[in-house]
Amino acid sequence: MTETNGNLTAKDFRTDQEVRWCPGCGDYAILAAMQSFMPELGIERESTVFVSGIGCAARFPYYMNTYGMHSIHGRAPAIATGLAATRADLSVWVVTGDGDALSIGGNHLIHALRRNVNFKILLFNNRVYGLTKGQYSPTSELGMKTKSTPMGSIDWPFNPISLAVGAEATFVGRAIDTDKKGMTAVLRAAAEHRGSAFVEIFQNCPIFNDDAFDYVRDDKEGVNRILLRNGEPITWGKDGEKALRQKPDGTIEVCASGEDGVLVHDSTHAEPSLAFALSRVTQATHGGTPVGIFRNVERPVYDDLMADQLREAEENKGKGDLAELLHSGETWVVS
Amino acid sequence: MSSKPVEQLSQVIVRFAGDSGDGMQLTGSQFTSEAALLGNDISTLPDFPAEIRAPAGSLPGVSGFQLHFADHDILTPGDAPNVLVAMNPAALKTNVADLPRGGTLIVDADAFTERNLQKAGYAQNPLEDGSLDEYQVHGVPLTSLTVGALKEVEGVTPREAERSKNMFALGLMSWLYGRSIKPTIEFLEDKFGAKRPEIAAANIKALRAGYAFGETTESFAVTYEVKPAKLKPGTYRNITGNQALSLGLVAASRLSGLPLFLGAYPITPASSILEELAGYKHFGVRTFQAEDEIAAAGAAVGAAFGGALGVTTSAGPGIVLKAETVGLAIMLELPLLICDIQRAGPSTGMPTKPEQGDLLMVMYGRNSESPVPVIAAGSPSDCFHAVIEAVRIALKYRTPVYLLSDAYLANGSEPWLLPDLDTLPDLTTTFATEPNAGEEFLPYLRDEQTLARPWALPGTKGLEHRIGGLEKADRTGNISYDPENHDLMTRLRAQKVAGIAGDIAELEVDDPSGEARVLVLSWGGTYGPVAAAARRVRANDKQVAHAHLRYLNPFPRNTGEVLRRYDKVLIPEMNLGQLLQLVRSQFLVDAIGYNRVRGFPLRAAEVAEAVEALVDSV
Repeated sequence: MTETNGNLTAKDFRTDQEVRWCPGCGDYAILAAMQSFMPELGIERESTVFVSGIGCAARFPYYMNTYGMHSIHGRAPAIATGLAATRADLSVWVVTGDGDALSIGGNHLIHALRRNVNFKILLFNNRVYGLTKGQYSPTSELGMKTKSTPMGSIDWPFNPISLAVGAEATFVGRAIDTDKKGMTAVLRAAAEHRGSAFVEIFQNCPIFNDDAFDYVRDDKEGVNRILLRNGEPITWGKDGEKALRQKPDGTIEVCASGEDGVLVHDSTHAEPSLAFALSRVTQATHGGTPVGIFRNVERPVYDDLMADQLREAEENKGKGDLAELLHSGETWVVS
Repeated sequence: MSSKPVEQLSQVIVRFAGDSGDGMQLTGSQFTSEAALLGNDISTLPDFPAEIRAPAGSLPGVSGFQLHFADHDILTPGDAPNVLVAMNPAALKTNVADLPRGGTLIVDADAFTERNLQKAGYAQNPLEDGSLDEYQVHGVPLTSLTVGALKEVEGVTPREAERSKNMFALGLMSWLYGRSIKPTIEFLEDKFGAKRPEIAAANIKALRAGYAFGETTESFAVTYEVKPAKLKPGTYRNITGNQALSLGLVAASRLSGLPLFLGAYPITPASSILEELAGYKHFGVRTFQAEDEIAAAGAAVGAAFGGALGVTTSAGPGIVLKAETVGLAIMLELPLLICDIQRAGPSTGMPTKPEQGDLLMVMYGRNSESPVPVIAAGSPSDCFHAVIEAVRIALKYRTPVYLLSDAYLANGSEPWLLPDLDTLPDLTTTFATEPNAGEEFLPYLRDEQTLARPWALPGTKGLEHRIGGLEKADRTGNISYDPENHDLMTRLRAQKVAGIAGDIAELEVDDPSGEARVLVLSWGGTYGPVAAAARRVRANDKQVAHAHLRYLNPFPRNTGEVLRRYDKVLIPEMNLGQLLQLVRSQFLVDAIGYNRVRGFPLRAAEVAEAVEALVDSV
C-alpha cells in the first residue's frame, strides 16, 4: 500500500458530488467521521477502495474521493472478495446496510467472514429499509409496524454481532453513528486488523425509524452504553455500578460491579463463545448495550493463503511455460 | 501382430456401455488414446448419467462412451455405432436400438444372470431367445475370464479382480482393431503404480489377457485395420472441449499479460474447467470456488475492476443467476468473460446432456437494453481459439462477453493440431495512467473508434473515480437521471457492441460447386453434424451450401447478404429455433428450422435427409 507523507486531510476525501441522504440521516455523521479518520491511516487515496451494494448506505462510495464501486444489492462482499484476492496492495472497504448485508446478501456476508478475506465491512444498521421507503428489515424488532407490516413484524430479527461471531469473523465491533470518538477507535482497530473486520454501526433513520437507538445515542451519562475495553472489567451505569459476569452455563448476567466474578473483557480469546455470549447482551434483556470490539483474533487471511499457493506452485513446478502446457499429455506428430 | 486375416476399414464407430461403476469412460478414453497415437482421426462422445452411482445393473445407471475413428478427417462421433460393447443386460437394453442390423455386439456373458436380466426388464435372456439374431453377437465371459487371469496376482481382492474386466474388454478391442496396448500399460503404471502397484499389475494383466484371448479364441475370425488419417502436418494431442477452454484461458492470460481470476461454483458440465484451472497456479491463475453462482460472477467483476482477467464459468442453471452481474458489467463497462457450457432442459433438466437452449437467454435474459457480445465454439478443440477470441473482444471493448459451449463439446474429444504460439493474437491492453481531459480524468470518455471507455485501475494516482450500476452521465460517469443522457448512453452501449461486427471475420460459405440454392446455417456445437450432413448430400450429387456462425452477437457484417443469396435457408439447432428467431427478426429471411432436443448431438444422417428434402423442393 502506498503510504502518505501525512499531508492528507478530511477535505481530500470529499468528492464534488452532492450528498443525497435525507436531512438528519445518521449516514452524514458516519461519512464525516470516516473522512476525518482516513488521513490517519496514512494510506494514499488511490490505494483505498470502497465497494457497496444497494440501499441508502450504498451511496457512500460516491462521496469518498477514493476508488469506488456502487454495485448490486447484497453482492458487495462477493465483488470485494475478487478485488481483495487479486490486489493485496489495496485497502478495501465494504459499506452495506441491514437489508443489503443480512437479507439479500446474507450468504455472501457469512462466507466472506469465514474465509477471512482482507477487507473491512461496515454495516449501517437502521433496522428498516430506507431507499425502498419504509419496509421492515431483517433487524427490525418483532412487532415493528412498517409499510409492509401493518400489524407488526412476525420475523424474528437477526442480531448482526451474533451472526458475525457465529460465522467466526476474526474482528467484530459495534459503534454508534453520532459517537465519533468511539466509532473512530473501532474503525482504527478494524483497519489495523488483517483479515475480515465486521463493524455494526447503529445508524438513525429519521424518516422511517426515527429514534430507534436514542437509548444509546443520547446516552451522555453512560447508563445504557456498555463500553467494551480489552483487559478491563465490563462495567457501566451512571457510577459504573453495574457489571456483567458469566454464569456456569456460559450465558451472561448482570451483577453489581463490586461482586465477585465480574467479567474481564478479552476480545482476543480464540474461542468465539465468549464474544457470542456478549453479543446476546441487549438493552431489552440486560438493560445495557455493549459497544466497542467484541472479538479481535488472528487467523490466516484468504488472500495471503491464495498468494502463498501461487508462490508454492511456482517454486515446485517453475513459472508456467505456455508452449510446454499445450504440449503436455500424449502428443503425436503427423508429417 | 495378429495371425488372423486382416480386413481394411476406413472408419469404425465403437460404443462402450456398462454400469456407472464399470469404468466405461476410462475404457473409452484409453481406446481413444490408442487410436489417436496410431494416427487415426477421432471424435468421441461420452454419455453418462448425472447420478454418480445409480443402483448397479439398473437402466439409469448405464454409462456410455462412443468413439469414431477413421483413416480420413471426420466431423462427428458418429450417429450410430458399428460395434457395441455391452457389459450387462441394462447396457444392452439401453443401447442396442442404436446398433444397425448386422452390427457387431460384444457382451459380457457372465453378467446376464437372472437378477441382472430382471433389473434390466428382460423377461428372457436375449442371448438365448433369438432376439439378437440380426447382429453378430459375441458372448464372451469377460468377468470369469478376467477373474481367472488374475488368480495369481497377490494383494488383489476378488472384487478388485472383477472390476478389471473393463481392461480385459479393452485388450480384446485393441486386438480386434490392431491397436497397441502400450500407451494403456503406461497409463495404468502411471495412475496406480506408485500407490497400488498390485492394482496396476492386475489391470495390465487383464488388458494383456483380453488381447491374448482375441488371438486364441475362435469367436473372432478376422481383425480389422483402420489406417492413419491424412491430417495436416504438425503435433497433435487429443483434447476435450473443457480442457481446450481451460488452456485457452491460460493462453489468453499470457497473451494479455493479465492475471487470470476464475470465479466458479461447481456445476455439471462446467466443473472440470474449475478443476483444470486450479492446477495451473504456477501460471498465476487464481481460482475461487464461490459460495454460489452469483458470488462467482461478482468476484470476477471485482477482480476485473482491479485489472485481472475476470472469468466465470457455469451452465444454464447457473448462468441464469449471473444475469444481474452481467448487467452490472454492462454498466461498469469492464471486461468480463462468462462461459456457458449449455446443458439440456429448463431448471435442472438433464445435467449431463447437451442442448443449444441458452442462446436467447444470453442474448436477452437481462433487464432493459443490455447488449452483450456472444461467441460460440464449434468443436472441442475450437474451444481454445473461441475463448481467446472472446477475451480479445472483452478486453478491447471493455464489455462482458458470453462464450457458449455445450455438454457435448465439453466432454467430447478430437485431435487438436497444436497452434504455434506466434500465430496467436496479441491481447495486450492498455490501462489509463493519466488524466484524459486536461487536468481531469473522465472515466466514461470513450475511444472514438471502439467506443470503449478507459480502464483505470485502483492504485493509479490522480484517476480516483467511482463507478456503479446507476445510469451515468456521458463522459464524467457521475450519476445522472437526465432523460436525454439516458437515451444517449443506452444508444452508445448498443452501438459499441454492434460496432464489433467491423472487427470480426466475415461469414464464410462452403459451397464447392458454387451452384447451391439451399444454404444450411449452423452455430456452435452443431458444426460437426451439419458439415457431415452437407458432405453426405453432396455425395448424392446434390448441391448444398454450408455456413457456420461463430459470432451470434453481433452477427458478421455480411450475414444478411449471404442469407439472401439462397432460395432456402435451413437452420438445424438443438433447440426449438432460437437462431431461427434471431435470423428471421434481424434479416427478414424466411429461414426454416430443423430442431431436435433429445439431449444428444444432431445426427448427421437425419440432418442430411432434411437438407436433401429441401434441395429437392427448390
